[in-house]
Amino acid sequence: MSTEPMRVETDVLVIGSGAAGMYAAIEVARAGPRVLLVDRSLIGRGGATVMAQMTVAVALGDEAPDHWSHHYQDTLTAGRGLCNEALARLLTEHGPDCIREMEDWGVGWARKDGKITSAFAPGHDRPRCVYVDFLNTGPAVSKTLRSALYRFKEVCRAGDLCVVDLLKSDGEVTGAVAWHMGSGAPVVISAKATIVATGGLTRLYRRNSASANMGGDGYALSLRAGAPLIDMEFVQFFPIGHLAPRLIGMDPIMWDPFRYKLGGKLLNNRGEEFTQAYGVPEDGKYVITRDVGTYAILKEVEAGRGSPHGGAFLSFQHVPEAKLREAFGPVIDRLAANGIDLTKMPIEVAPIAHYHMGGVQADVRMETEVPGLIVAGEAVGGANGANRLSGNAITEALVFGRQAGRTAAERAKIMQAPSPADARATLDLLRGEVRRDAPNTAEMIQSLQAIMADDVGPLRNEAGLKRALTRIGELDAMLGERPFDKGEPFDLTRLDWLDLRTMLCVARAVTQAALNRTESRGAHQREDFPGMLPEWHVNQTIRLNDGRIDISQTKAAVEMAAQ
Amino acid sequence: MSETATLKVWRGRDKVDGRYETHEVPFEPGQSVLDGLRWIRVHKDPTLAIRYSCINANACKECMMELDGKTVYACTARLEPRAMTIEPLSNKKLVRDLVTEIAPPAERFAIKDK
Ligand SMILES: Cc1cc2nc3c(=O)[nH]c(=O)nc-3n(C[C@H](O)[C@H](O)[C@H](O)COP(=O)(O)OP(=O)(O)OC[C@H]3O[C@@H](n4cnc5c(N)ncnc54)[C@H](O)[C@@H]3O)c2cc1C
Ligand code: FES
Repeated sequence: MSTEPMRVETDVLVIGSGAAGMYAAIEVARAGPRVLLVDRSLIGRGGATVMAQMTVAVALGDEAPDHWSHHYQDTLTAGRGLCNEALARLLTEHGPDCIREMEDWGVGWARKDGKITSAFAPGHDRPRCVYVDFLNTGPAVSKTLRSALYRFKEVCRAGDLCVVDLLKSDGEVTGAVAWHMGSGAPVVISAKATIVATGGLTRLYRRNSASANMGGDGYALSLRAGAPLIDMEFVQFFPIGHLAPRLIGMDPIMWDPFRYKLGGKLLNNRGEEFTQAYGVPEDGKYVITRDVGTYAILKEVEAGRGSPHGGAFLSFQHVPEAKLREAFGPVIDRLAANGIDLTKMPIEVAPIAHYHMGGVQADVRMETEVPGLIVAGEAVGGANGANRLSGNAITEALVFGRQAGRTAAERAKIMQAPSPADARATLDLLRGEVRRDAPNTAEMIQSLQAIMADDVGPLRNEAGLKRALTRIGELDAMLGERPFDKGEPFDLTRLDWLDLRTMLCVARAVTQAALNRTESRGAHQREDFPGMLPEWHVNQTIRLNDGRIDISQTKAAVEMAAQ
Repeated sequence: MSETATLKVWRGRDKVDGRYETHEVPFEPGQSVLDGLRWIRVHKDPTLAIRYSCINANACKECMMELDGKTVYACTARLEPRAMTIEPLSNKKLVRDLVTEIAPPAERFAIKDK
């Protein structure tokens, strides 16, 4: 295998082709500059966007009155005091614009009596979530953007390109080094502006809802390039991820739309509803927010009242069959093929890693501390504070993507082509080395996922977090300095190695931040420090100094009223 | 003895010059063929090349391959306690093992063939 790199040059490099990356690419192209949109998977297919099922939160006010300030207020409340208010405002205020533009591009939001209709989701003060069809919102969003991209000749799209490191010259980010999975060759990309839109980190956990590409690449790429991360301790768990019986070909978060439409009952092993004991009586409706839902289920399990596989029961047995079928026609048949009859049995659900509130620190232009490095989508930290409302993530990807595209285009127009960056360190890494006692990289990833699930899940304590740090260190040592393979085409041991390098770095950031925060807030629950403390009304910022993680704290914003 | 699925998996970089490898995979009802292939990577041989992203949701549509001569999504095809032959798509350019070039030409990185 030749390790002679390919060299390509563009105005704006966009890394990741979820909603954020694709919207960003469109926005750059509209302004004129050339764009190279790359993805480690195939374009528009590898991330969380294509998997999203239903809700897109936006104060559209079509069907019933709404205003972005109400959406903003709900977002801040859900964020338990830690939202970056400027980012939350950007998300909520500009959401309607992007949603309408998506409509112009043909996404086809569901309508009632000619008006775009909205569903109610927990934590919102009114029905606020537009959707395409109950299980089809993500695929439709992805397809719409992917088709819109075809109209712009200035956009080059390339799948199977996994970005390994960002490149810097004179303190600015000037492109990246990628590994082309299709050929095994390294690729050096030079760009005037680089947008990181790589999505979240849910793959760090054993049970997660997202794809194999969500190892937190953008967090590690940015951190290594000198940009700080924020709020890394806040990993959102989706309370009712499917647990049992085993299902084939269904998204583990599939029960959410069922709950939106039909309520459903969460029961413990005594057949009793329990959410009221945690302050949220449901009465057949779906009102519990994700942080409280997760906490309630795990506490029931801890008290010995869990379901056989260690979760809770979700029951629709009280819903007449005709109503179930009306709401979910073909899905009912797919469930039947898996031996599940909802009229006769409950299913088991348990919290599952789903979304990351934390991420790269950015301002409202989506610029990071490092010139030339712009971020978008779930890769950005701060807009949702300690807990995200359902529906906010797609809107965030669209709005932040569009803004990142604008900022990058402006920069590309005034910048000269950058001087060639020194890519030697990464190219050297990609040469790999032969190691006789090479460990199984796929197994190492499983070990890391177990460590994170067992000790850095939704319920945390000091002993567990310290144990996790030690074990992460052991895996780091096992990984060594360089991949131990030849880097052949689609060499998954090579990809695993690169992923472990990223995932271990990000896992350490999450764990260290969680260990520091000696209180409980939103998605971060410390068993040894229950309750929210005023002195922890702060955001934690993480930097990498000589390979060491440093954490600093800044006061979170005092709530300002939205006008 | 607990049941196993016998996966006969095609390996190689060249369609005429490949080979089959057989692995016994522990069988549990409710598993997919993709689960079986991922089991092989973790427990036997991490170098097996497969293309997949979403694992369960059948959303990414990347895991197409041939099972006993028929095109399937590996994540929706059921693993069964019997011999199963798994090969790359025969109508697409082979990358390696079970991975083929399935992206539309406009969405591929233009690399010179060596
Ligand atoms: C199952 C599921 C259901 C969801 N449902 C909803 C919902 O109903 N409503 C809602 O608001 N939100 C939902 N979310 C969350 C929401 O989908 C995501 O937050 C959002 O789509 C993120 O968009 P993104 O563009 O930032 O990232 P993604 O869509 O995740 O895209 C990131 C892309 O970057 C690529 N990438 C990563 N690393 C690299 C690298 N090193 N080099 C090159 N490319 C790379 C990935 O392959 C991927 O294609 C859901 C999430 C999941 C997993
Ligand atoms: S893994 Fe995504 S469709 Fe099969």
